[in-house]
Amino acid sequence: MLNMSPWPWYITGPIISVVMMALLLLGRRFGLSSNLKTMCTIAGAAKLSDYFRFDWKAQSWNLVFVLGTVGGGAIARFILLAPGPVNLNPDTVKVLQSMNIGDADSAFAPAVLFGPEAWSNPLAVLVLVLGGVLVGFGTRWANGCTSGHAISGLSALQWPSLIAVVGFFIGGLAVSHFVLPILLPAL
Amino acid sequence: MFRVLLLGLLFGITLTMGEVISWFRIQEMFLFDSFHMYGVIGGAIAFGVLFNLAARRFGWHAETGKPLDIHQYEIGWKRYLFGGTVFGMGWAITGACPGPLFITLGAGYWPIALAILGALGGTLLYGILQKHLPH
Repeated sequence: MLNMSPWPWYITGPIISVVMMALLLLGRRFGLSSNLKTMCTIAGAAKLSDYFRFDWKAQSWNLVFVLGTVGGGAIARFILLAPGPVNLNPDTVKVLQSMNIGDADSAFAPAVLFGPEAWSNPLAVLVLVLGGVLVGFGTRWANGCTSGHAISGLSALQWPSLIAVVGFFIGGLAVSHFVLPILLPAL
Repeated sequence: MFRVLLLGLLFGITLTMGEVISWFRIQEMFLFDSFHMYGVIGGAIAFGVLFNLAARRFGWHAETGKPLDIHQYEIGWKRYLFGGTVFGMGWAITGACPGPLFITLGAGYWPIALAILGALGGTLLYGILQKHLPH
C-alpha cells in the first residue's frame, strides 16, 4: 500500500542489533529457536522427555515476541513493502532457473514451495516438513539459531557460537550446492 | 510485555523489509552471490559487539537491576558443530531460520506452516533422542 522499497543491509542489520540490545536491557534475551521448545512443552511434550520439563511460563514473554514478529511480517508485506521481485544477483536467478525455479526474477518467494500450489504437491509438502524438522532438531542440538548464536553469541565473542555458525554454513553450503540441484527440479 | 510485543513487531517488519525472509535471498547467500545477507548479519554483529563492550565497560544493567542476561554457552564443540550443520541444512531448504519461520507466516505465505510443524516435530525428536547424541 505504501509501496516502500526494501531496506538495504545497513538499515536492516543495525535494527536487528537494536532489537537484541533492547531485549537485554528489558532483562530478556534475543533467541527465537527456544520458542519451539516452549511450544512443545505447552503441547505436553514433557510426557515424552524430561528435556521439556521446565517452567515454560518464565519463557512466555518470548512467545509474545513471536506473536509480534508475525504481526510485523503482515504489516510489512501488506502495508509497507512494494510488491515485486527480490533484486537478486542475475547469476543466482540463472542458477535457480536452471533448477526449475522459474519465478526467481519475478517473485518474493518461489511459488512451487510457498504459493497455493505447494499444498497439492506431495514432494513440496515433504520438502517443507523435512526442512523444518532439520531446523528444529539442529537448533535444539546446537542450543541456538541465527539470533542466539550468530547475532547474540558472536556479539558477545563466544567461541561456541562461532563453531555453531561454521556448522550453519557447512550444512547450508552442502545442501545448496549438492542437494537442491537434485531436489528442486523434481518439485 | 507490551514493549516486548513492539520489539517483535519491529523485528518482523525489519526482516521482511530487509528481504531476510525471502527464500531467494538465502539461496543467494549460500551461493556467495551477494553481500546483502552478510551485510545484514555482519552489521547486526558489529553493532552488537560495540554494545557488549560498552555494557561491560560502563556496567550497564537490565532495567530490573539484574546483569544483562547474556547467555554463556558451555564449552565444547560437538553439539555446536553437528547441531549447527543440521540446522544449516534446514535453513538452505526452507530458506527460513526460526525467526523468519514465523514472520513468513505473518507475511501470508501459508505453506511455511508445514515447515513450522516440521520444526516442532524436529524439536520433539531432539528432546527424545538428546541422551543418545554427542554434545
